[in-house]
Amino acid sequence: MTVTSDWTRSDRPAPTRGMTRRGFLQMVGGGIVICVTLGPTEVVAQRRRGSMYPEDVNAYLRIDENGHVTVFSGKIEMGQGVMTSQAQMAAEELGVALDAIEMVLGDTDRCPWDMGTFGSLTTRMFGPALRAAAAEARTVLIQLAAEKLGVPEERLVVKDGVVSVQGAPGRSVTYGALAEGKKIARLVDRKAVLHQVGHFEVMGASPERLDGRDKVTGAGLYAADVRLPGMLRARILRPPAHGATLTHADTAKARAMDGVTVVQEDGLIAVLHPDWEVADKALKAIDAKWDVPEPAFDTETVFDYMVAHAPKPETAESHGDLAAGRAGAARLFETTFRKGYVAHAPMEPHAAVAEMKDGKLTVWASTQTPFPTKDRIASAVGLPADEVRVITPYVGGGFGGKSAGGQALEAARLARATGKPVQVAWSRAEEFFYDTFDPACVVQLTSGVDADGKISLWDYDVYLAGDRGASLFYDVPNARVRVFGSWRGEGTKIHPFAVGPWRAPGANMNIFAAESQIDRMASALGVDPVAFRLKNTSDARMQRVLQTAAQAFGWRTGASPSGRQGGPGTVRKGSISKGRGVACGIDAGTYAALMAEVAVDTAEGAVRVERVVAVQDMGIVVNPLGAKMQMEGCVTMGLGYVFSEELRFRGGKILDQNFGTYELPRLTWLPRIETVLVDNPDVDPQGGGEPSIVPMGGVIANAVFDATGARVLRLPMTPERVLAAIEEAKTR
Amino acid sequence: MKRSIRFRLNGRPTTLETDGDRTLLWVLRSDLEATGTKYGCGVGLCGSCTVVVDGEAVRSCQTPLSAVDGKEVVTIEGLAADDGRLHPLQQAFLDHGGYQCGYCTPGMIMNAYALLRSQPHPTRQQILDAMDGNLCRCSAYQRIVTAIEGVAAWGDAGDGRRSLRDPGPESGQAPSQTSGEASAGVVGGSTGGAR
Repeated sequence: MTVTSDWTRSDRPAPTRGMTRRGFLQMVGGGIVICVTLGPTEVVAQRRRGSMYPEDVNAYLRIDENGHVTVFSGKIEMGQGVMTSQAQMAAEELGVALDAIEMVLGDTDRCPWDMGTFGSLTTRMFGPALRAAAAEARTVLIQLAAEKLGVPEERLVVKDGVVSVQGAPGRSVTYGALAEGKKIARLVDRKAVLHQVGHFEVMGASPERLDGRDKVTGAGLYAADVRLPGMLRARILRPPAHGATLTHADTAKARAMDGVTVVQEDGLIAVLHPDWEVADKALKAIDAKWDVPEPAFDTETVFDYMVAHAPKPETAESHGDLAAGRAGAARLFETTFRKGYVAHAPMEPHAAVAEMKDGKLTVWASTQTPFPTKDRIASAVGLPADEVRVITPYVGGGFGGKSAGGQALEAARLARATGKPVQVAWSRAEEFFYDTFDPACVVQLTSGVDADGKISLWDYDVYLAGDRGASLFYDVPNARVRVFGSWRGEGTKIHPFAVGPWRAPGANMNIFAAESQIDRMASALGVDPVAFRLKNTSDARMQRVLQTAAQAFGWRTGASPSGRQGGPGTVRKGSISKGRGVACGIDAGTYAALMAEVAVDTAEGAVRVERVVAVQDMGIVVNPLGAKMQMEGCVTMGLGYVFSEELRFRGGKILDQNFGTYELPRLTWLPRIETVLVDNPDVDPQGGGEPSIVPMGGVIANAVFDATGARVLRLPMTPERVLAAIEEAKTR
Repeated sequence: MKRSIRFRLNGRPTTLETDGDRTLLWVLRSDLEATGTKYGCGVGLCGSCTVVVDGEAVRSCQTPLSAVDGKEVVTIEGLAADDGRLHPLQQAFLDHGGYQCGYCTPGMIMNAYALLRSQPHPTRQQILDAMDGNLCRCSAYQRIVTAIEGVAAWGDAGDGRRSLRDPGPESGQAPSQTSGEASAGVVGGSTGGAR
């Protein structure tokens, strides 16, 4: 462990703008302050301008004279439970009870810079830094206690924020007393000596969540709940389609309404009133005309357009010889998979409140990216970054969709224009219109097996989903993965509206395609799909999650389709055919294997998922209940993109504007979900928010195939598509 | 047109001089500071705005203010006791992890509250059917059902906490109205949404 107590360390350049370390410490106040950097690479990656604190600090915590611990983190709480898991990590290493910790999250004036809360990164990337900071703080406190009590450090023990002499508990001193009157600052790297799994007291347990009480009482504050004196609520004129141009706007009727303010500047037309409903009526009173461009394609024709217009490929993986693999294969399988655009549809639409006060702009925003949002606001309103503060209250669901929202910029612009606090809270239709959708995408895949039933060829082309989840964990001698554009949509004008990250971006499609194809090959060879996977992967962690899943599920061996054959593990009754499926994947450093039982109504095409077993190896588990809640959420949310969720559009016109036509998973769809965490203390904590959603397409497609012999190649698997696949299977 | 509208909000008399056509959701959020009730879809399809009016779960985004004139409105802010003790349903959602981002949670709990008032011991299927109109994008559904089942199972057996069927002498307030069922209290508690 490197300990540096000198804040003017010469080996790093001083921040060019913003606050110096000395100024930063004055702001933080007295007590013991411990700061941590993630390490050189990440520091470079995260370096940015306009910082309020030393640029090389990623996390810090402070212990005050009351023994109160405050952890400052740029991450945000959107339901995934990181307010609690971060507090657990700090409490564990520091040796205090969980309730001694207060979390300050996503406040750009008080927290270290952070790029955003996404990618299941909080625990695996930020966690080690936070644990190191807390471990260092404990070391400092023990040193102070040794001096105060006049005993060597090794005779001291820490419990619940009290340092006492081993065997003489009466001789003790509290953290608060040690911090009193002190002004100690330390900068450490993350290679601190951390508590080991066997000694965990706070980590590895599932205490009541710190945000729980707020959430069950309605007291929890979300961005739209922020109320300021004199605040106006804004409604903004929106085009009927993306790409439309405003040709005429008459706001006279809106202006004439009592108490309504109209703002018209730089392409923004907004009506404001203290009540959302009145503002909404004023918006409807605006007479606007638009030129709407001719649509180039729609929900059905997007795929061909996409393949024809995709950017040039990048080769993500290449080894062996494709031609030799093709020539040497005993059997070849060629498949095209498709998936439509999917919305994030968090229950909380984007919202923000902005207030200009004494030249400084404060914005409360529902966002996963408070720091980048702050920079975007500053440039949108022409203020120095230091004059903008973003505060992130509880976020009502993100899933990647609250990374780039424009509502905070709109609120900021309107607050400047009106001189009053302004709230912008999107309607559900605006949420569907301005979402950054998970893009439609295509996978074209040719694979082959040799005479021994080993996969010998994997020629994989993915269009507009990117490479996440596309790399092979099966042992294939001749393989190539080509990526024609990522889910970010850069380098292409194909998408008629914004696209962006959606819970494990790209991986849902890539794993759906790959795991469906694996099943196709196993079935053609007459081999059990679990056995086929185990035979073709030498990855021990993958083998273990598959075997664990098979045991928990009670997997009965047999080739698919077993439903149609009346084989093991299936029942046929009337037009209902039952089947079971398996799929697995790696995401965010975590291994996941899922098994599912489905009942397919072969007359109607409806599929009911009766049971899902989800198994994860995510290394050390910080909060088992939190991890299981994420797994259950992944499985249930996954049912949406598997069965119903596909944004309907015609060119830039979004046809789905609410939940009446865009159907989310609901309670009556709920399967029985069983979750299993594989014990793996040798691996540091890995991601938990996304891994179990990525195999959902594959596991359901494979179970439907097992039940019916029909393979559905396009997500979502609507009843019509399931029926069409069943009809098609009959002709083979 | 402005008129005088009176109702009880979380046990407290409330009077507004306002347009009766205004929507209950926005009146709660804008005028009464009861922001626990959430906007989710604006058309009654998601359940985030659910409140309980005279014992019935209603979508406040579809309810004109005039429709609650003379009635008893309970929002999420009205469930916990004055001393902060949680209502059994709130406690169960907490204990079972029946929430993640928490945005749908007030509507979920209010919908479940109305269900258990009319049907103290629902079957699992009855719970699923009654709660099906309440969407949770984080998909905490499995634990939401477990939480409701947990409360339904002990129901009025009592374990030291207030039961649903007992408005609770601890609250110190006798119900001011009854909704037909003798043992059913009007509100579980009386901490104010209207402060």
